Order: sequence, then structure tokens, then C-alpha cells
Amino acid sequence: MSINLRRALLPALGLLAALSVPAFAAEGEIKIPKQSWSFSGPLGTYDRAALQRGFQIYKEVCSACHAMSLVAYRNLTALGFSDAEVKAIAASVEVQDKEPNDQGEYVMRQGRAADHFKAPFANEQAARAANNGAYPPDLSLITKARVGGSDYLYALLTGYKPAPAGMTVPDGMYYNDSFLGHLIAMAPPLSDGAVTYADNTATTVPQLAKDVTTFLTWAAEPEMEERKRLGVKVVLFLLLMTGVIFAWKRKVWKDLH
Amino acid sequence: MSTSSNPATGAPKKNGIVEWIDYRLPIFTFMNHELREYPTPKNLNYWWNFGSLAGIVLVVMILSGIFLAMNYTAHVDHAFVSVERIMRDVNYGWLIRYIHMNGASMFFLVVYIHIFRGLYYGSYKPPRELLWWLGLVILILMMATAFLGYVLPWGQMSFWGATVITNLFSAIPLVGEPIVTWLWGGFSVDNPTLNRFFSLHYLLPFVIVGVVMLHLVALHTHGSNNPLGIDTKKNPKDSIPFHPYYTVKDMFGLGVFLVIYAAFVFFAPNFFGEPVNYVPANPLQTPSEIVPEWYLLPFYAILRSIPDKLAGVIAMFGAIFILFLLPWLDSSKVRSATFRPIYKQLFWIFLVDCIVLGWAGAQHPEGAPLLIGRLATAYYFLHFIVLLPLVSKFEKPRALPESISTPVLKTEKA
Repeated sequence: MSINLRRALLPALGLLAALSVPAFAAEGEIKIPKQSWSFSGPLGTYDRAALQRGFQIYKEVCSACHAMSLVAYRNLTALGFSDAEVKAIAASVEVQDKEPNDQGEYVMRQGRAADHFKAPFANEQAARAANNGAYPPDLSLITKARVGGSDYLYALLTGYKPAPAGMTVPDGMYYNDSFLGHLIAMAPPLSDGAVTYADNTATTVPQLAKDVTTFLTWAAEPEMEERKRLGVKVVLFLLLMTGVIFAWKRKVWKDLH
Repeated sequence: MSTSSNPATGAPKKNGIVEWIDYRLPIFTFMNHELREYPTPKNLNYWWNFGSLAGIVLVVMILSGIFLAMNYTAHVDHAFVSVERIMRDVNYGWLIRYIHMNGASMFFLVVYIHIFRGLYYGSYKPPRELLWWLGLVILILMMATAFLGYVLPWGQMSFWGATVITNLFSAIPLVGEPIVTWLWGGFSVDNPTLNRFFSLHYLLPFVIVGVVMLHLVALHTHGSNNPLGIDTKKNPKDSIPFHPYYTVKDMFGLGVFLVIYAAFVFFAPNFFGEPVNYVPANPLQTPSEIVPEWYLLPFYAILRSIPDKLAGVIAMFGAIFILFLLPWLDSSKVRSATFRPIYKQLFWIFLVDCIVLGWAGAQHPEGAPLLIGRLATAYYFLHFIVLLPLVSKFEKPRALPESISTPVLKTEKA
């Protein structure tokens, strides 16, 4: 019976792989090297220090153009910030209250922990007008929304190079090794020493890219640690249960042969 | 055989309440008949697990879907954000959504294996033609439901997938355009489309449940086919009661299946998905590549392999509808491929052909992939229209065993 089962499962998995892999391989010529992340693998967790540094980069660099409308300040406690720190971070922005006051006016107030990250522009048109016609995408889901995920984002952030000879880069565009078509409207966002870290971590471009990518991966999949933790328990339980049922099955079928 | 006393009738132990109910509404007698005594061929292999698995996945999909629907907003301005709210703010919302999302892929995986099981062992042959038909109806309903559900998160692929698929109907001569407008509820895929898709996505699974019931009635009328494909009614030794033999075997298969399912849900939840569907729908920006989910790729390849739109649509639907004719295209009296040396080869080639079609469906339709897709499409129909009828006519099947007990005993000794 166990041989029978192996025969049954292997082709099924093969079919699965055969059918699903091409859909991802279709994307094209750009090579995205795999990085080793703190959150890689079935037991990976987010490096809290990297998350906080990454948030600092988002706040000081990315947020000038990119919104993160799905993330709320209260979510930042997951980065290791205390409630008081989160309140202070939220209070550092001014937002327009969604509800009118007693006079029927929409007033500006200090941000609260429950607010979502304040967007740099009021709408897409304003964002385009300020960015030479290009629209900086919302970064809440960016690592899930790109083929290659976190590895791609890292490759993009570290992929700015001088254009190869013979290629003309139009005004307002930049050459990037990892971007589809190689011409990107985003100016190189990171440079050595672009931010000042409180914890003496080096501020080279690869380190900055790694930190901000870790932060953005968390923003896209804030449930990841809980998911993997629960997953280990569920799979172990299922394996145990399946083993017991298999023994039971053999016992039941024994009297038949 | 098992003599444990189940409170249901038929068992020696009596239970007053059960008897009272059963006398008025024989639900316990029914359950005893269909789930306990139900005579089942004793030689079913693990490929026979996939029917009950499919039923269980259907229940998982309906339950997870009901809880998703409690938190989902079917409006173009809110759908994407409401799904993200489920992922981020609803307690265990991410778990429910990933179960539902991966459940769709698991459902098709299980059902495709179930169908190919039927193809290999000739489960569509008399007297099981209607059983086969009902199964195909379930497949078609599943495809419709999956397509409708994929639109609901209102990501880029949701929107453009909906646009491409609904536009297929515009290929119908004369009334094509009005039909598409009618399907959309407007002049493009928009809020009315999303609303009706949500409504239908909630409705169709219950229609599937109804057809599954009929599928089971048809199944239990003549009983399961088996790996030898011979009738088991003649020899009473060939059948065993469904419970406990197949209940425990199905439970074991379920356990193995759940391990695989859970591995995807917890460790690779977006393995089957397209990243671009995490970008909110934008009617002004077409994604570089519009591809359906993996389980529809073979049919997508058939659609795209034919240069004429109407002919492509006809071929795509024809690829499914030709399966309804299978009991007559394959006229061989022998069911199981085990005893059909040539059909057995054809079966494996056909399986590879379907995988090739799936691959071709994921490629950009030009150059070699397009050519391969066209050849695979041609072979798909050649298999059913030419090869099967010929082979079933001229093939010399091997001798069938008298009963299950004979070969089973032989292999046990060997």
C-alpha cells in the first residue's frame, strides 16, 4: 500500500510543478539573484532592527513620493516600537480629520496611532504632476506585487548603473539593470549615507536596500511570522494524525487479505 | 466484518430516538445504506480517493467563502482594500483567505486527477455515462465559479481576466456585442459586473452541491468502477462494505492531502497566484501578460492557438464538450486501460498533451510556443475524434479476469 501511495503522489506533484512553474518563468530575461533574508525559509522571522532601520528609510526617503495606504501607525508595534513611540511617530504628521467638526469644517489634527500612513500626495494627478508625469506606486504590497518579490526589490534598488554605451537615456529617466526595459522614472533613491542610523549599522547602498526591503516585505506580509509559526504546528499535527490513521487503516484492512 | 454497534439502524443496538425519527424519516436507514453498508469493490486503489477529497474541498471552499463574504465589499472602490482588510485586520482573515485561494487550486488539482482516473479506468462507460456527464457539469460549474471568484479581489489580473473572458462572447455572430453588454451590465467591466459576479460566485457553489448529490445518486446506483473495470455484482466476495474499509482509507488520503494543502497555505500561499493581482485594478493600464490561473491554461492555449476568434472560442468550449461524447467515441467493451495495451499508451500521451497545452497557455503566443500549442491542440482533438474510435475498434484487449478475487489473490502471493 505504501508503494501504491508513493506512486499516486509523485505524478500528482510533478503535474503540479509542470503546470505552475511556466507561469512564473514567463517574465523574461532579467536575472534576479536570490538573497538570504532573515525572513527566508519556513522558520524565517523579520529582523526587528532591520525593520526599524527600514522604516526609518521609508520615512526619510521613500515617503517623499510613495504612499503606503494599507499600513497604519498602530501596526508599527510589530517592529518593536512601544505604544508611546508609535503615538509619537503618528503625532509627527498632520492629517485632515475624516469627520467634520461641530461647525461642519474639516480641520487638520495630529496623526493618531489608528491612522493609516499619511500619503505624500492628495491624489494620483497631484503625484504625477510632481513627478514628471510618472506615478510612484503605493508600496504597501510592493514585494507581493512584483515577480521576484523581495529579491526583485533589492535588485532594483541596487540596480542603478551607468547606461551601456550606445543607449541614450531620455531626460528624467534613469538606467536600471533590473527594471523591465531598463529605463525607470525613479531617480536612484538610495546613496551611501542617505540616512543616519542610530545603531551604527553601515549606511552603504546595499545595506540600506536590504533594510528597506525587509521593512517593505513586512508591510506586504505582516502576518508572515504568525503564519509560519502556526504552519509548523498544523503540519506537524497533520503528519502525526495521518500516521495514526495509516496504522489504523492497516489494522482495519489486515483481516481482509 | 465489522460488528461494532453504530446507533444507526441495521446495527444490533437500539436507540429509541433514532428509531422514532427513522420510522418517520428514514434518514438513518439511508445513511446506513449509503455510507456504511454500501458495497464497494475491494480492490480500489488510492486513485479512488480523489472523489471524496473533491467533496471535502468543496465543503472547505464553501465554509471559508462564507466567512470571507462577511468581510468583503463588492464595490470597485472598496473590493481591493476590503480584501486587504481581511488580510490585515480581520482575526485570522489571512488564514481564511489563503485557505480559500489555495483551495481553488487544490480543488482543480484533485478534480483533474479524479477525471484522469476516470479516463484511465474507463469509468465513463456503460452504465456510468450519466455519472460521467454530471461530473463534467460539475467541472464546468467549477470553472465558472473559479473565474468569477478570481475577479472579486479586483486586482489587475482580476479586471483584465474578466475583460478578456467576457469579451469571448463578442465572437458570437450578430448578437455577440449585445450579449457582452448584457453580461457586463454596462459598456465595460465595471461596478455592475463586480456586483453580479459576487452574487453568482456565492450562488454557483450551491448549484455544484446539488449536482454533486446527483453525481452520488448516479454513482451509488451501479456502484464504483474499479481498477480491473469488471462488474463486481456477480461475485459477492468482490465487494466490501464502505465502512470501515473505505472510510478509513479515505481519511488516510485526506490526511496526506491536508499536509500538502497546509504546506501551501502556510509556507507558499501565493505560489499559484499572479503577483500583478496585488496591484489594484486599473482600466487604463493593461498588464504586460494576461494569463488565467493554472487550471484554465490548457483551455486558454486552445483558444489562442486558433487565429480566428470565433473558431478559437468554439474550439475552447468544444474541448470540454467533446468529453460528453466520450462514452460513444470510445466503443471498447473493456473499461480498464490495464487490459487495453494501445489505449494505455494513448492515455499517457493524452495526459502529456494536456500538460503541454498548460505550458503553452502560459507562454506569449508567438514563435515556438504558439506552434507547440497548435500541435498540442490538434492532437487533443485528434485523440478524441480519430484515435479513440479507431483504437477501440481494432485494439485486441487482454483477457479479463473472472472476478476481483482471482487476480487479487494471485498478486498477493507473488
